[in-house]
Amino acid sequence: MSFIELENVSHSYHRGQEHEFSALRGVSLSISQGEFVAVLGANGSGKSTLAKHLNALLLPTEGRCLVAGMDTADMEAAWKIRQQVGMVFQNPDNQIIAAVVEDDIAFGPENLGIPPEEIRHRVDEALETVHMEKYRTFAPHLLSGGQKQRIAIAGALAMETNCLVLDEPTAMLDPQGRAEVLSTVERLHREKGITVVYITHFMEEAAAADRIVVMEKGRIVGEGTPREIFARPDRLRKWNLDAPLAAELAAKLRERGFRLPEGIYENKELVGALAHLASGRKAMAGEQRCP
Amino acid sequence: MSIEFKNITYTYMPGTPFERTALRDVNLVIREGSFTAIAGHTGSGKSTLLQHLNGLMSPSAGQVLVDGVDLNGRGSREAKRAAMEARHKVGMVFQYAEHQLFEETVFADIAFGPRNLGLGEEEIAGRVQEAMGWVGLDYEKFKDASPFQLSGGQMRRVAIAGILALHPKYLVLDEPTAGLDAAGKEKLIKEIVQLHRKKKMTMIFVSHNMDDIACLADKVIFMEQGRVLLHDTPEKAFRAKEILREAGLCPPQICSFLEELKAAGVPVDTNALTVEQGIENIMEAMGRA
Repeated sequence: MSFIELENVSHSYHRGQEHEFSALRGVSLSISQGEFVAVLGANGSGKSTLAKHLNALLLPTEGRCLVAGMDTADMEAAWKIRQQVGMVFQNPDNQIIAAVVEDDIAFGPENLGIPPEEIRHRVDEALETVHMEKYRTFAPHLLSGGQKQRIAIAGALAMETNCLVLDEPTAMLDPQGRAEVLSTVERLHREKGITVVYITHFMEEAAAADRIVVMEKGRIVGEGTPREIFARPDRLRKWNLDAPLAAELAAKLRERGFRLPEGIYENKELVGALAHLASGRKAMAGEQRCP
Repeated sequence: MSIEFKNITYTYMPGTPFERTALRDVNLVIREGSFTAIAGHTGSGKSTLLQHLNGLMSPSAGQVLVDGVDLNGRGSREAKRAAMEARHKVGMVFQYAEHQLFEETVFADIAFGPRNLGLGEEEIAGRVQEAMGWVGLDYEKFKDASPFQLSGGQMRRVAIAGILALHPKYLVLDEPTAGLDAAGKEKLIKEIVQLHRKKKMTMIFVSHNMDDIACLADKVIFMEQGRVLLHDTPEKAFRAKEILREAGLCPPQICSFLEELKAAGVPVDTNALTVEQGIENIMEAMGRA
């Protein structure tokens, strides 16, 4: 049985009112323990609504959402689910509440009534994991965006969560902050086997996932490995997503008559293919010159 | 006509333990009609610089001149009035501008600025309609809608229309496309380009996206540690590899790709700012142009 199991989940906001809006329409999705899944989709495609179902912040209006075998609609189970699934939102300022970094990370475990020594231990470990030990006594508002997001991640880790759901965690960060957050998430996934659900607009971040899920108008419209998703710029454009540069270049060069292998989406693949073509051509030219 | 920075220095919290100099002796001239991009990593002084453009912040030392008028003109009453008028020439669109929406309808939100200028109702309605047209929002369809029921991209366009309705001569945009999806981004960029072309509005924008800068701007400013490292055309700016590295910035993706291709032994011209130009260079190198 998968760690997360969505069975035909629909969600409507403002049900029965004039401005009722269906954000999810019959979504079925399974995510295994230890998997890294990226969710892509245009604004308003239902990505964030999906994310909020994964730790019972929102409940399905139809269908079922199971986390570690527990139904999110079961009020008793909700707290157990939230301990297992940690959330990181787009704006860290909405999530960080304490005036000192270590207090903020301790907030979750304190609410669980965990003994102080154990809390201290968990905070140490969480800070170490996100490489923020040096900042334990800092005021969060003096940190950079990337550092604040790492504190938010540490807060989830201190709950001994084994799944992180990140909802566009890098949207407000500069390139350096983005790199910090992504490498932290990748490391947690690799070294601690944490299950990751990563919502993003940045294709280069989604490329780090094992599997990509594409959403459009509340439905899952595409699913596959980064290669399967990225190598087809035409389909990406239809979904209002950017294509990686190498895939776009490869498609345009194919249109102009270059015979390039299918499935190219990384720079090094296209460079290799072009260099190969160029050397082949040089060899042919050489033969013609000296028969 | 231009916006001119003369020896601008700005220090946050001077005389306290938190004292920090965010701008150091900045001199620059942004000419009327230009499309200028400002880049630099977090803490380089971009936002501080931006807030000096319309007098939201006053320099610790130096002068900001808009069309020759000192924004912080003191002394005589005339100097103060001139400074106020000069400030009105510069419209400022903050990052995540949609967070500033507050009115009940799109119309009322966009009308807020012009109404504060003391314009008549007819003139206000005209300006709202015009500004909505500029950002591609249908007047009849959206004027009575609540701004909070719109999509993220639409909300941002309402916020920008609110600034445009003030008829600024210079428009300053802080990361205008941050957080928008590919479609929303493309649409907004098209509208900004149209405003620049048709209305001859001078554009000054901050971006982390070098690809956007490369295809939009005609002038680029790189900042680092409160100083202007470079102010030049994108062609020259992205060729200045040392300066890029010093500013902690990456060249546009297409430049990096062409560099990689060249390193792999394909003799390609690495000077390209757009994907189209990159394709041409590759075709030429591969002998098929």
